[in-house]
Amino acid sequence: MAQHPLLSFAARRVFLGVLTLFAVCVVVFLATQVLPGDAARAVLGRNATPELLAEIRAELRLDDPLLVQFWSWLSGILTGDPGHSLVNGTAVSDIVYPRVLNSAMLLALTSVISFPLSITLGVVAALYSGRFVDTGISTIALALAALPEFVVGIILILLLSTSVFHFFPAVSLVPPGTSVLQNPIILVLPVLTLSLVCFPYLYRMTRASVIEVLGSEYVEMARLKGVGTLRLTFVHVLLNALAPVVQVVALTLAYLAGGVVLVEFVFGYPGVGQGLLEAIMVRDVPVIQLIVLLLAAVYVLLNLLADLIAMLLNPRMTARQWQSN
Amino acid sequence: MTEDYKEMLAPRATRLALEVRNLRVSVAGSDVDIVKSVSLGLVPGEILGLVGESGSGKTTVGLALLAYCRKGLRISGGSVRIDGQEVLSLSARELKKARGRLVSLIPQDPGTALNPILRIGTQLIECYADRRSATEDKLLELLRLVKLPDSPAFLRAYPHQLSGGQQQRVGIAMAFANRPRVIVMDEPTTGLDVTTQSHVLDTIRSLCKEHAVAAIYVSHDLAVVGALCDRIAVMYSGQIVELGSTAQVLSSPAHPYTRALIDAVPDLDRDTAVTGIPGSAPEPSHRPAGCPFSPRCTYAEHRCTGAFPPMTEIRAGQIVHCVRANEIRVDPPSARPVEHESAEERSIALAVSDLEAFHGSVQVLKGLSFTIHRGSCVALVGESGSGKTTTARCLAGLHRDQRGQVLFDGELVPPHASERSLHLRRRIQYIFQNPYASLNPRRTIGQSVAMALQQFEPTSSAEARRRVVAALDEVSLPSTSADRYPHQLSGGQRQRVAIARALIVGPELLICDEVTSALDVSVQAVVVELLTQLRRDRNLAMLFVTHNLAVARNIAQNVAVMQSGRIVEFGKVQDVLHSPTADETQRLLADTPRFAFSVP
Amino acid sequence: MSLLGASWRWLRDLKAGAVGLLVGFLIVAGALIGPLLAPESPFDFVGAPFDLPSSYALLGTDLMGRDVLSRLLWGGMQILGLSAVATLAGVLIGTLLGIICGYLKGTTDDIIMRLLDVAMAFPQTVLALLFLSILGPKPWLIATLVTAIHIPQVARVMRSVALRVSEEDYIRYAEAIGLSTRRIITREILPNLTAPLMVELGLRFTYSIALIAGLGFLGLMADPSAPDWGMMINENRIGMLSNPWAVAAPVFILAILTIGTNVFTDALTGTRRAKPTLPVEETEVSATAGKIVGSGNNEAEK
Repeated sequence: MAQHPLLSFAARRVFLGVLTLFAVCVVVFLATQVLPGDAARAVLGRNATPELLAEIRAELRLDDPLLVQFWSWLSGILTGDPGHSLVNGTAVSDIVYPRVLNSAMLLALTSVISFPLSITLGVVAALYSGRFVDTGISTIALALAALPEFVVGIILILLLSTSVFHFFPAVSLVPPGTSVLQNPIILVLPVLTLSLVCFPYLYRMTRASVIEVLGSEYVEMARLKGVGTLRLTFVHVLLNALAPVVQVVALTLAYLAGGVVLVEFVFGYPGVGQGLLEAIMVRDVPVIQLIVLLLAAVYVLLNLLADLIAMLLNPRMTARQWQSN
Repeated sequence: MTEDYKEMLAPRATRLALEVRNLRVSVAGSDVDIVKSVSLGLVPGEILGLVGESGSGKTTVGLALLAYCRKGLRISGGSVRIDGQEVLSLSARELKKARGRLVSLIPQDPGTALNPILRIGTQLIECYADRRSATEDKLLELLRLVKLPDSPAFLRAYPHQLSGGQQQRVGIAMAFANRPRVIVMDEPTTGLDVTTQSHVLDTIRSLCKEHAVAAIYVSHDLAVVGALCDRIAVMYSGQIVELGSTAQVLSSPAHPYTRALIDAVPDLDRDTAVTGIPGSAPEPSHRPAGCPFSPRCTYAEHRCTGAFPPMTEIRAGQIVHCVRANEIRVDPPSARPVEHESAEERSIALAVSDLEAFHGSVQVLKGLSFTIHRGSCVALVGESGSGKTTTARCLAGLHRDQRGQVLFDGELVPPHASERSLHLRRRIQYIFQNPYASLNPRRTIGQSVAMALQQFEPTSSAEARRRVVAALDEVSLPSTSADRYPHQLSGGQRQRVAIARALIVGPELLICDEVTSALDVSVQAVVVELLTQLRRDRNLAMLFVTHNLAVARNIAQNVAVMQSGRIVEFGKVQDVLHSPTADETQRLLADTPRFAFSVP
Repeated sequence: MSLLGASWRWLRDLKAGAVGLLVGFLIVAGALIGPLLAPESPFDFVGAPFDLPSSYALLGTDLMGRDVLSRLLWGGMQILGLSAVATLAGVLIGTLLGIICGYLKGTTDDIIMRLLDVAMAFPQTVLALLFLSILGPKPWLIATLVTAIHIPQVARVMRSVALRVSEEDYIRYAEAIGLSTRRIITREILPNLTAPLMVELGLRFTYSIALIAGLGFLGLMADPSAPDWGMMINENRIGMLSNPWAVAAPVFILAILTIGTNVFTDALTGTRRAKPTLPVEETEVSATAGKIVGSGNNEAEK
């Protein structure tokens, strides 16, 4: 077992992931502290007084040489001290951490509700491919795939909050001092929006995968061997078809990590997306940096996970050639 | 009909293992028949070869015996009785029980027929109705039966870890596991090299005889069928045109199509040139009235276009559907002997010395040396992996990583086409194996053929058109094909376009890389005839790469046998084939199936 | 049920693509000539904020009292213009990169694909936001960012198609006769890529519209008072209970446009089944028989 193909591929892929993360850090750093020229002035805009400028310069260490800046910034983040907000001086981690939890809640609920549903519908549509249930759901998926995420959110608000029905609050405001969990009703619309947004992708990939497996020679052979329908469907069809689907789940989560920003903004949901936009509005650079890094890291890690899963599920990767006869 | 038929087959047999009556398979939702009407019968232990070319419907018949048809088709009539039980009227549940137990299938491509994520053991266990009865001992016994390693470790292996031959043996094991009454084999040895093929065929034959299993072997390969089967049924355009014992059908064929087919098959034992069958089989939707073969038949007359000829028992046990069968059978065979030419008198066109080639760090060619004379053909023969295609690509200039000396007409030939002069590139032309991939689907035939012309001798479009039409005419394609697209042509026609494309610039050396392997036998023979004629007319030097020794015999004057990147034998084709010196040549000769009964 | 399903399928296959195209085309045309049809200037105040539809403002007024209909008619140009530019540029550059990687392979392929992998590993919307917030909301920046977002995706798709095409023997033939690389790419490979190219154009256009409208929604478009569908949706949210049309109208238009283009693109992928015609009727000259044997249904030849 000297040259295990899986290990070398996995190692390469992980290395690439780490490299990408590093590249992300560099890009974020450059964008926020280098690109604007005088970052301090960019932050303050018209409110620039010499004292404030000096304060910001000190906080961001803008007078140090570039590499030192980068290193102190990066080490700060890695050791859990990402600096202080330029707006009110609170620790960035205190601002961001609760929001991370809120966004995570959103994503978790979305996955739990929407993923199994999308996958099941995809399987059903593939098994009854060409019939009404398939064309019906596929058309809906096509329409949903086209709509921008915020449009889906607004349509839901129009339908369920304001003009048609008034079931849910249009804005997911949390009364101060309470947490999201204590006001579950504000979760409904954002979760629904995110679910509708990621449904088409998962549905279509699942359906395509199952259809491809259904048409494969080994499924035909199993049928001709007399394998029963139950075993045929689950062991032969689904086991093969769902392997790529697992990969797609990871990718969908990654996609959601980006989409969550817009959806949170639509509903004013107190998550990282909303936090990022607020920070952008006031140019609170440390907060912007941390949130962007977090989102990017999640994205990169999920992509990496997806690739590793694909490798693991491929039996050609995990077993060597038999001694030929 | 089947009652007399039964009598014909086995006058004292108690019952037939398989009885097919007027089987009809059509396109779902229409009247078009893929299989128009097929009737046959088998006694236990008998192997019947179902022979036909692409479009004959033979695979469809095979699958229908399991009451199965591919998407878009429908079994619309007839009866299939196995051991007296009607298979076509079984309920879904009963059918599941019957498949794999009463009747089973050995698939064509074992690699894709095995589930890639399930272990071999698991897939074997699935064959048994009662999973608990499939003990490990029983499974190991099954492995022994098909000459696979009978170890628990093998049961735990995945399909991709096995070689092609091993995968096919697993397929055979799955089919025999329940000792079915009938086994359908869908060309199970295509894609295997000759030695593996011959071993697999041996295994199949002995299993069928030992366990009294009736088998149908669907194939396009007459030689394999001749070596394996007891009886042969010949199919053409959805119907059986002839049926009889192997000896009868191969040595005294009664139907004109059978005769023509036999004449088209290259055989090592017969020193005759192949003759192609002009034209092509009709589309199922456009069958002519009467006998479907009549448009291409040299014996056709007015009676043939009336109704489908009824069955005639031309001798005991041999039936044929031809109105002129009795007259035809006294016709002597029209096979022509091969003309033995001598190459040495002519000048040397290509001289190869110490050709070496690499794929990355692996050396695939280890020092080849041979010569090709003008006007003669050298066949490069070997199994897959021997390096013959790499050799062809090196000479064509498609493989950069090569060393050695190649002289064309005394002039040094650089390794890659981009380094070669215009002059040289024009004189050496290459024809590819796969007719479905060698023409750009987005260009018309005329544009593809004219490509080289535009490159080497840019002329006006009128002149180019004239040259294209002339080139197409040389390969017997009408001028109208110049404006067609590749998907509108058949495989044989496309291959002829590829030949026209090579000829239009007047080459002196033609490199043909397995150009007939993807074609039906009768079409293959047409291409072989064409190439032979062109070689003589234009005094072309030719390198013909093939894995089929019999084809090599038909087309070449000299043959080079390759093994693992070396030429192990080189000489005149009659000498090498009659008295081979190298082990590899002897092995290839021994394992190539031949007609057991040759025409004297 | 099957009859319903069959007719639904027929409708979908044949007409859906055409309908999608028609709808998309109408909206694009409307957006382009819209300004000519607008009854009012999109900047003028015609009534109180969030008035319901009336004779002088068919869709009511927005948060500033401006005519919603007029702003709607003006509001598409920037979105569509930027989307078109970004789509064309992105697909063009992506296709070029994809073909180069797919055909040339080797180290060029490796380097470019690694770079694109890294580019694709970034969450695109988030980084677009980052750059826009830092450098300011300029149209050229938006177009560049969206183009940059498209390139890796298109390159990847085109590369796999080009790779498959490059493996085919007719490309080997072109090399064997010595055709230049440039000619092989443009005359042999490119024509085989038109189908996936059309599909990518459609998909990317839909995505561009969604992205750019989203940026407008977030308020990252240049001029806060300019009419823009995305911006309109956001700024008029506070008045949803008073005049929902200020939000509903641009939402509706965006929805119809994106669905239309997506349906059309989807129909494109389905129609790639070319119907083969029957084989050529041959008149053979058999080499040995020396006589002309007619084939096919040539009754007259008998």
